[in-house]
Amino acid sequence: MGRLFSRLSPQALRVLGLLLVLSAVVLFFSTQIPNYLNGRLFNRISSSVAILAIIATGQALVILTRNIDLSIGSVVGFTAFATGSLISNHPDMAPVLLVLCAMVMGAAFGAINGVLVAYVKIPAIIVTLATLALFRSFLVEFSNAKSITSSELPQWLVTFPNTVLLRFGQFQLRAGFVVAVIVVIIVHIALTRLRPARKFYAVGSNPEAARMAGINVKATVFAAFVIAGALAGLAGFMYLARFGNITVVAGLGFELKSVAASVLGGVNIFGGSGTVLGALVGAVLVDLLDTSLVRWDLVSEFSREAVLGALILLSVTADAVLMRRLLNIRMARDKKRAQDASTTEGPEP
Amino acid sequence: MMQKLRSWEGLLAFALLLIILYNTAFVPQYFTVSNQINLFHLSIEKIIVALVMTFIIINAAIDLSVGSIMGLAACAFGFLFQSGMPAGLAIPIVMVIGGLAGALNGYFIAHVGLPSLVVTLATLIGYRGLARVLVEDRSITDFPDWFDALGQLGLIGPIPFAFFAFIFLFLVLFVVLHKSAFGRKTYAIGINHDVAHFAGIDTAAHTMKLFVASGLVAAFAGLLYAARVGAVRGDVALGFELDIITLVLLGGVSIFGGSGTLVGTLMAVLIVLNLRNGMALMNITGHIQTGVIGVLLIGSVVVARLRLPAFLAPKAIQGRTQ
Repeated sequence: MGRLFSRLSPQALRVLGLLLVLSAVVLFFSTQIPNYLNGRLFNRISSSVAILAIIATGQALVILTRNIDLSIGSVVGFTAFATGSLISNHPDMAPVLLVLCAMVMGAAFGAINGVLVAYVKIPAIIVTLATLALFRSFLVEFSNAKSITSSELPQWLVTFPNTVLLRFGQFQLRAGFVVAVIVVIIVHIALTRLRPARKFYAVGSNPEAARMAGINVKATVFAAFVIAGALAGLAGFMYLARFGNITVVAGLGFELKSVAASVLGGVNIFGGSGTVLGALVGAVLVDLLDTSLVRWDLVSEFSREAVLGALILLSVTADAVLMRRLLNIRMARDKKRAQDASTTEGPEP
Repeated sequence: MMQKLRSWEGLLAFALLLIILYNTAFVPQYFTVSNQINLFHLSIEKIIVALVMTFIIINAAIDLSVGSIMGLAACAFGFLFQSGMPAGLAIPIVMVIGGLAGALNGYFIAHVGLPSLVVTLATLIGYRGLARVLVEDRSITDFPDWFDALGQLGLIGPIPFAFFAFIFLFLVLFVVLHKSAFGRKTYAIGINHDVAHFAGIDTAAHTMKLFVASGLVAAFAGLLYAARVGAVRGDVALGFELDIITLVLLGGVSIFGGSGTLVGTLMAVLIVLNLRNGMALMNITGHIQTGVIGVLLIGSVVVARLRLPAFLAPKAIQGRTQ
């Protein structure tokens, strides 16, 4: 056990631990709520987590580079509204073009954040705090006090997120969830296997060392914000498709939920470590608790935020304590090895 | 003197003067006593919390949970009052709840060693959840007359109680931050936590005190909100934390800690209030107003860079400028 514990990477351990928590939560609620553990639970969670998972992936990228994007909810709201009015004015528009428009719009917002953070060198928390308000005011101005209703949208868009691609008995694999999983997998593979994407980790672990190693730190941070913006744009499109009715408050609160999902998923808030797979599992956990506590008779449905807050605190505490212990174990082991190597003739007392 | 005028606070004062002059000249009904009081009254809870937030950010930490503590305090008050407790007894209990909420933040930050951003993000969600558990989706009203009057009527002439509370708190905190050892420790920890620790400052205890103070003041502000509005719901003060932090940062407090002044925060408060008030009187909606404040926030950092290259200098130098 100890060997396994020290051989796995901390990140893998983290995701494994989270999966354990996830199954414990499911098991617990299956004893509490009748007809809980079935295909419908999977269908429900998978279709509601899709949006948050995409946003959390972008957020995780930004956090990896030692930054934070608080404007992401406003970007989701704006792109949802803008793509909605675009498609209702041009109902014949090709779906791919619409998605592309949403992502380009989001990327443009991300670029504004990125320029201010990477090149003007204003701390990300200040920039995105300001653009959180600013982008929302763009939306208010743009919407002109109107809202989008699902009756204005073409049929393909409204049915898209719930289209069943594959079916195993009760389990349905819906298009919205598949899109989210594909995004997460692409970003994950890029981050673990591709050289340009490894730069995010390098910049986050030590910007100074990354710069000396020849990495363009500014461009990397800028890219993280642009990608996060583009993903928020995609999420805006998904939001439009899923809810249909868009007002000026669309996407409010996603910034904190996405940070919560990333942090739960083991992305270090100080940058440099974490995985988007973790962020996905974090998003699932956030959503699972949200959905399950509503159905639990024993506590009022209003307790779900309180439980979620406690869970985040618990998880980061456990993380900090376990990491410290893990580091100590490894340091002790390395020290012992070094000692063994240097004193091969005499036995140690 | 010249040095003072060229400081960040001097620049803010100049901007404030411009806004006031503009409003007086072009906005009807701006320069009236009732509007001037109204201007403070509508945001009094936020600007009270901003004073303690100045300490927290100078200490190189952040408290995102203040809006939720305000909500929790208001809801706890409504809950206790509705279950038959006299308001006079409920108020101290609510203050204790606020202090405990702050102490919980402080414990995880100072003693477990977690980043304040993460801890207070979790409690931002958690305390809001507790508030919602207490009042669910009801709205609690019918508080005693004296309680409502305290929030809504003038205490001396047309000036309400909350305004005096703000002035009093400002004066006390000004002395604490700029004239006491406690204030110097706050700067020292903000400039370099480890050095402050090795210099013999009990950094954990200090951070703990600041977060308890933040919780107490947020609870007080939550009560003021309940009194002013005369009703309590689960979403009291939702999202206030971002407005409050914006006020402090606009006032020239560095997000990295170690520099900034309470006068700067006061200036930023006056600027934001006058700007919002002028825009509101010109029928500009709240979301657009917030957007303008956002531009101002970014602009303030950019201008600081352009004007004073010394702002980029090591933080130790910034810390000494007061």
